[in-house]
Formats: sequence, structure tokens, C-alpha cells
Amino acid sequence: MKKKLLSLLLVAAMGLTMFVGCDGAANADTEASVYYLNFKPEQKEEWEALAASYEQQTGVKVKVVTAASGEYETTLMSEMGKSDAPTLFQVNGPVGLANWKDYCYDLAGSEIYKQLTSDAFALKEGNAVHGIAYVVESYGIIVNKTLLAKAGYSVDQIDSFEDLKKVAEDITARSAELGFSAFSSAGMDGSSDWRFKTHLANLPIYFEYQKDGIGTTDAIKGTYLDNYRQIWDLYINNSTCAGKDLAAKTGDDSRNEFLAGKAVFFQNGSWEYGNLVGEGKFTDNDLTMIPIYVGVGEEAKQGLCTGTENYWCVNKNASEVDIKATLDFINWCVTSEEGTKAMADDMGFVIPFKKAVESPNLFVKVDAQLTAVGKTPVSWNFPTMPSEEWKNGVGSALTAYAADPTDANWNAVVTAFVEGWAKEANLTK
Amino acid sequence: MEKALKKYGPIFTLPTFIAFCIGFIWPFLQGLYLSFCQFTTVDNAKWNGLKNYIYVLQDEAFLDSFGFTVAFAVVSILSINVIAFTLALLLTRGLKGTNFFRTVFFMPNLIGGIVLGYIWQILINCVLSLVEAPLLALNTAAGYWGLIILMCWQQIGYMMIIYIAGLQNISEDVLEAARVDGANSWQTLIKVKLPMVMSSITVCVFLTLTNSFKLFDQNLALTGGDPNHTTDMLALNIYQTFYSRAGMQWKGYGQAKAVIFCILVVTISLIQLNATRKREVQS
Repeated sequence: MKKKLLSLLLVAAMGLTMFVGCDGAANADTEASVYYLNFKPEQKEEWEALAASYEQQTGVKVKVVTAASGEYETTLMSEMGKSDAPTLFQVNGPVGLANWKDYCYDLAGSEIYKQLTSDAFALKEGNAVHGIAYVVESYGIIVNKTLLAKAGYSVDQIDSFEDLKKVAEDITARSAELGFSAFSSAGMDGSSDWRFKTHLANLPIYFEYQKDGIGTTDAIKGTYLDNYRQIWDLYINNSTCAGKDLAAKTGDDSRNEFLAGKAVFFQNGSWEYGNLVGEGKFTDNDLTMIPIYVGVGEEAKQGLCTGTENYWCVNKNASEVDIKATLDFINWCVTSEEGTKAMADDMGFVIPFKKAVESPNLFVKVDAQLTAVGKTPVSWNFPTMPSEEWKNGVGSALTAYAADPTDANWNAVVTAFVEGWAKEANLTK
Repeated sequence: MEKALKKYGPIFTLPTFIAFCIGFIWPFLQGLYLSFCQFTTVDNAKWNGLKNYIYVLQDEAFLDSFGFTVAFAVVSILSINVIAFTLALLLTRGLKGTNFFRTVFFMPNLIGGIVLGYIWQILINCVLSLVEAPLLALNTAAGYWGLIILMCWQQIGYMMIIYIAGLQNISEDVLEAARVDGANSWQTLIKVKLPMVMSSITVCVFLTLTNSFKLFDQNLALTGGDPNHTTDMLALNIYQTFYSRAGMQWKGYGQAKAVIFCILVVTISLIQLNATRKREVQS
């Protein structure tokens, strides 16, 4: 009896395994639905809430899946291979687009494209619009104003690299007495190194592009790399820790030092707002953001680094009804009262669309103020960096230089920057 | 019983067999096909001929990572097996607390590779910082030895258990016969115990060999290939080919590397199995 029961169970188990695969096949794809593969884990819940609300109002099913941090490309690749592929995904700019061009629906005639405040926020190739930026962000040097006042300075006194250097070096000289350092650690661990190998490296690239009047290149000249060295020297010599320890410092280390009041300056962006302001943390009055001065051009006119690396793309291989539903959904997000409010208040985004509402994010407001007084934002040129590989090469050389700041080690940075760029750009062709 | 097995055996193996086909055979064949294509996802593959393989065989980074992997594998296989066997000998002598020690040595095996990698990264960086040496991210030698220490720490316990089982299987008669013949303990070890546990050695060497070649998690977490890819092992190199480059061609290159990698691991482990099996004896 027992034996029979056992075999019956086994057969049942076998049956189950066989039928699991067939689940859902009967559900024919006639109803319109949206599948959004979200890039930003910070806004996972907000997107899900917004999607649920849209579904309730319109009856169109919106599925939001959020890729784990740093896993977007892998997730996108496997999801795109499925029959039920994302209808809405994102790329980080021209370089990211290279992988996914074949999947991008041309958004040139779409309603959302007409809602953009500037054509600069569209990812175009000829007349085709492959992607549309949905969030604009700013980064610079976040300043703890309270500590800066304790050291006897105010942000009004800093509007060039020389000023920044003077303040930072004075703080370093008196750091034992003051009890804090100028810069939080410029950690080169994988969780933090993008702040320097990507974001800081944007500045020499930006100024070179400006000088040469170009927007992208296959061969960077490295005209302003001495300025890159200046600012990097400033970061590592006036930091909370020794240069050789930077190799292992993480993003959390750096943020925690800043939160604990151990450093006045912290290079990061508007996305850090939620981590810095809140209960037990800072208030808006403690903080501000200043441009990253590297000593090039008219520094009094330089603004924050403002731009985007988040472009929405619509999957052209999706069924026609799904494409239509997706276009409707994103258009609703950036035009409806509820959508714009959710993106501004809940997600803290500044969106480059006509009907955008103001975001409560302090750093975003700072950016608007600086632009209003006539400062020119520095554009984001790092999406034109030829590959991750290039960034890693520069990062590795920067780490070595931080541990042992010799000319030879700096030359390695220059080599990685200039020759690495040409090599990678060539490989990507 | 035998008859029933014959009759119903296929039915009972069917689900697993189907799962094996869906989960292994089919993806493997598809992977093989994709290695000859340029593709972004499995759906938009374009036949590319041998171009991927030609590129991969000229890719210095791939060959370097192969060299590093071999250097790592040789040292780690030797050290893991020698130490594990020594521990097994010690822990089969009926010493006090044997069970406690067996448990303790086995424990590291229960922790995942990524976690271990990060724990050891902190430990090793701390030591390096105390002796004023460059940290892991800048130190190829430290990365190499760090990986070996980490793998030893993780794998010795597991191999030890296999060796203990082997040693306990040697019948007392054989050992007694050796003693009567006047063999000292060294002779007993070399001439009697070692040949008798040859099947355990086959298994352990096979496991350490394949583990060393396929090592990924620990490599990723401990060194991430730093500095400048000098501590990349094969699997990490393949992963980076896939994901840290922009452009249509890289997925194909990565896939071709993966196929070469697979053939390599299979060939080497078959040679090893063949070589050690020949030395196995029956008592």
C-alpha cells in the first residue's frame, strides 16, 4: 500500500514538472500591456506605485521590473531574449545605444518627443529618435555649510579652483584643531570609483570638447589632463585618509564620513539627496552644492555638471498594441498631474518635459539658481566614453597614482586616458 | 525488483531527463551555435563564421587570463590536496576532539564564494595596510596569493572529508599485515594507504581541478581582476567580454571564449581522470 502511494506521489510530481512549462501559454497576447524594465533601484517602489495607479485608471496592465544595481545590462539581455520582452527599457547614451539600436522604436513622431523641452534630451541618429531622456541630474561638490562656517569660510568665497584649493589646504593644515578634513575619502572601490573615473573625468573631456567644438571623438587629446591631476591631487591630499588607503574605501565610507561631519566636501550628485537629508541627518540649511572647479576657462561662470544618462527606449519588436500602450504610458507619466507629481515628489526627479513640476530636491534647486544667475552648466559627456573597459583602465591608474603620486604614475593615467580611449574607440567600431 | 526497475525506470527518469535536455543540452547546443554569430540576445543572432574564434585566439587578455588560471590551478590543487590529506590523516587517528575539528574544518565550505571573497578582501587589505604594502587593488602578487589562501581555506575541509572516508575504508587487515611485515609508518603511508585511497584522490583532484578552472565568484569579489586585469581568471575574462564593452560584436566573442573554455575544462579533467584512475587499486 505504502509503495503504491509512493509511486502515485512520484507520478504526480512528474506530472507537475511537465505541466509547469505550459502555464500561461493559453493566455493569448491580444490585450495591450506595458512591461517596464527599470534601471534605478532607488525608485523601485515609486515606479510600482505609479504603474498600479495607471493600471487602475486605464485598465492597461503595467508590469515594472527593477534590475539589481549594476545588473541592468545582464537583466535586459536575458529579458529581451524572452517572448514576453520588456516594451520599455533604457540605455545610458550613445555608447549604450550601440548594443540596442536594433531594438529601438523610432520615437520621432511620438507625443512624448514633442513634450521634450529641448532636442538635446533626445538620443538621435540622423532623423531617427532612439531614446528620450526622462530625468536630468546634477553633480558637483556637496558642501557642509555648517562645517565650512566653522572653518571660517562661506561658499560665496569659492568660485574658482584657486579658492577651493586655498580653503581645502587651510582646512587640512588646521584639521587636528578643527576635528574634520576638507574632502571625504575619494574611495576607489567599485561602489565609489565611478565618481572619479567617470564623473570627475567628465570635466577634462567637457573642456576639450568645448575647445575643439565637438560633441564626441574617437581620439581624445587629453588637453586638460593637468587640470584633472590638480583636482585629483586636491582630493587625495586633503582627505580623511591616506592616499594609499583609497583603493579599498567604498561609497558608503565616503558618505558616512560626510554624514558624521568628518569632511566639508563630498563629490556626488543630486541622487544623493535622499541619503543626506532626513531624520538624524542634515537639513536643507546645512547643505549646498558647488561646481567642480578644475582651473579651466571662465570659472566664475561655471555651473554644476548637469545632464542625463537615462534614456527611455521602446522595444520595436513588441506587438503594435503594446507599443501604443507603452507610448501612452510614458506620455501619461510626463504630462498628467499624477505622473509629473510622482516623478518630482516621490522620485525626486527633474524631468525635461514641458509639464514638469518643481522637485523638492535641494541640489536640483541649486542647479536652477546657478543657471538663473548666468552660470553655464557643464554638460555630461561621459556617455561618450568608449567603454566600461576604458573607465576601468583610468580608474585603476588613478588608484595607483593615489597610493603613490609620482609623475610616472600620472603618466600611466594619461596613457590610460588617451591611448586607452583610441584603442577602445577602435575596438567598438 | 530488477524487472520492475527495467520496466518503470525510464518513466521515472523521464522528468529529470526532460529537465536535463531543457536546462542543459538545448542551451549548450544553442550556445555552440551562438559562438559563431554576432548577437545581442538569443533571437537576433547573425551568422558570423569563424570571425569570433579568430579574434579570441588573438586576444592577449584572454591568453593572459589563461596563464594566470593555470598558475593558480597548479598551486591551489597541490596545496589543497596535500593539506586536506594531511588533516585527514591526523583526524583518523582517534585523537580527542576529532569530530569537533572535522566540523570546524568543514565549516568554511558552507559560506558562499562572494561573501568569502569580500571577507577575505577586508582581512587581506587590513594586513597589507599594516605592513604598508600596496592594497589588493594595486597588488598582483597579493591578489594571486590571496586567491590561493581563500580557496585553500574554503576547499580543504570538503576534500578532507572525502579523504577521511577513503582512509576509513582501508581495512584493518591490510594495515596489520603491513605492520607484521615490519613496515614503518612512512612506508605504510606511501605503499599501502596512498594506493588504497587512490579513488578518493581521483575525486578530490577532479573537484579541485575543475573548481580552480571555473573559479568566478571568489575572483570577482576578492580582486575583481585588479590591478588592470592582471588577476583575471578565465571565467571573469569571459564575463567582462560580455558585459563591460559596448558594441554588437562582443557577445559573440564572449560566447566563443565560453565554448573554448568549456572544451578546455572538459579535456583537462578527462586527461586527469584517466591518469589517476589508472593508479587505482582494489584491496
